[in-house]
Amino acid sequence: MIEVFKNLDLSPFILSFKLAGTTTTILFVLSVFIAWNLSQSRSKFKPIFEAITALPIVLPPSVLGFYILFTLSQNSPLGHFFNEYLGIKMVFNFSGLVVASCIYSLPFMVQPLQSGFETLPKNMLEASYIAGKSKFTTLFKVALPNIKPSLMTAIVITFAHTVGEFGVVLMVGGSIPNETKVASVAIYEMVEIMDYTTAHIYSGAMVTISFMVLLIVYVFNRKQSRQIGGIA
Amino acid sequence: MIEIAINKELLGSHGAMTLHVELEIENQSFVALSGQSGSGKTTLLRILAGLETAQGAISVDGEVWLSPKKTLAPQQRGIGFVFQDYALFPNMSVLDNLLFVRNDQSLARHLLSLTQMEELASRRPNSLSGGQKQRVSLCRAMMNRPKLLLMDEPLSALDPEMRTRLQHEILMLHREFETTTIMVSHDPSEIYRLSNRVIVLKQGAVVNDGDAKSVLLKTQGSQKFSFEGELLDVVKVDVIYIAIVSIGQQIVEVVLDESEAKELQVGSTVSISTKAFAPIIQSVKK
Repeated sequence: MIEVFKNLDLSPFILSFKLAGTTTTILFVLSVFIAWNLSQSRSKFKPIFEAITALPIVLPPSVLGFYILFTLSQNSPLGHFFNEYLGIKMVFNFSGLVVASCIYSLPFMVQPLQSGFETLPKNMLEASYIAGKSKFTTLFKVALPNIKPSLMTAIVITFAHTVGEFGVVLMVGGSIPNETKVASVAIYEMVEIMDYTTAHIYSGAMVTISFMVLLIVYVFNRKQSRQIGGIA
Repeated sequence: MIEIAINKELLGSHGAMTLHVELEIENQSFVALSGQSGSGKTTLLRILAGLETAQGAISVDGEVWLSPKKTLAPQQRGIGFVFQDYALFPNMSVLDNLLFVRNDQSLARHLLSLTQMEELASRRPNSLSGGQKQRVSLCRAMMNRPKLLLMDEPLSALDPEMRTRLQHEILMLHREFETTTIMVSHDPSEIYRLSNRVIVLKQGAVVNDGDAKSVLLKTQGSQKFSFEGELLDVVKVDVIYIAIVSIGQQIVEVVLDESEAKELQVGSTVSISTKAFAPIIQSVKK
């Protein structure tokens, strides 16, 4: 038994967390602005943008994976541009996975942030504008510090969702060890070659980690809602 | 001097209406804005703050805030605004709420001491009572030494005792800073105590404009005193009738004869006045 653990290849997990960490960081920066603008927008085009950001939730990962693969491959203008001018190949490597994950997990970051912003009292933001503060200052000094539970939810769910993705990753990245072979893909392969011991260990680890992550979110949000007790 | 001449289409509680206001307000005056709900008071205040758009023009001491060509952003108007629901920043302490507006420690400390809030300076807004929160909101509004202070029913969520205390504090701040102030209020005693001019809006138009006494006093002709109230019930007792009327926080009984009793409708607004000793009760045309 100890031998099994000793010989266990941890690289798929490390890769999964590296991918999730990178994706979460990029998405956080992007989504704060997307969610803030969506929450403050009174434009009639808002539903269109909301629908676009929610699309990855409902699309089958294979559809998403196919389009991403198609767009980033060297035969497409975008893929050609990246390859020719920047020297970056975008498919079947880690950068391609990051792009795919960012698209795939976008709604999981945008939606909690947007609903967090929308629950803030309008008067509170207006009080900041009247105090002479720009929208940018209001966002960072007033809005963000008052939606901590939503921030926590958005970050952790995005992270966990990226760790848990499978279809898109498989299509865009394939299964190259240390490059694109993340934990979920590794489990799939273990089952295919009937290495159930490793599959069990990997799967068990995924369940435990996911559960711990969710537990932390719920405990944190419970504490926050008790401390804050609503917005003044 | 604040010159206002604005128009705005509104969808009020009584359907579509036009808010049409032309006013000149002297510097350092304290104006009470009164009128039924849905008459456009809050909208007028928000237009002055730049939080809502309107057609027309607003200028303050010659500076154009609103014209057909440009609208000055709320950030650039240099005003103070006190919301009915306080709108404090929960993530900042009381002192930081004030310093957020302008990093002026001495002014912040001075305002907090005027409103007896010094000891609570490091507390978070959520641990304060309603009256304390509104004091913080008031101090915060004064932090950029505003040209114009706007208050939207600032005291209506507070109990009567706290109201009276805060009225004194508002008055004290007004005397010290001499800020031109416009306050939405329904409370006659508040209006009388604080304002030197009352503007009454109805359906988006100014229907009354004068000092508190002339606008609020309800007596006419030889009436010695007069109250308005709601007729709650008319009860027959032997051969006479007794009207039960709610005036402010009190209920009074007035004796009626049969013909008077038949004319009056329960639920209507009535005025009760006396000339000598006998109370006179009559319907009020609305």
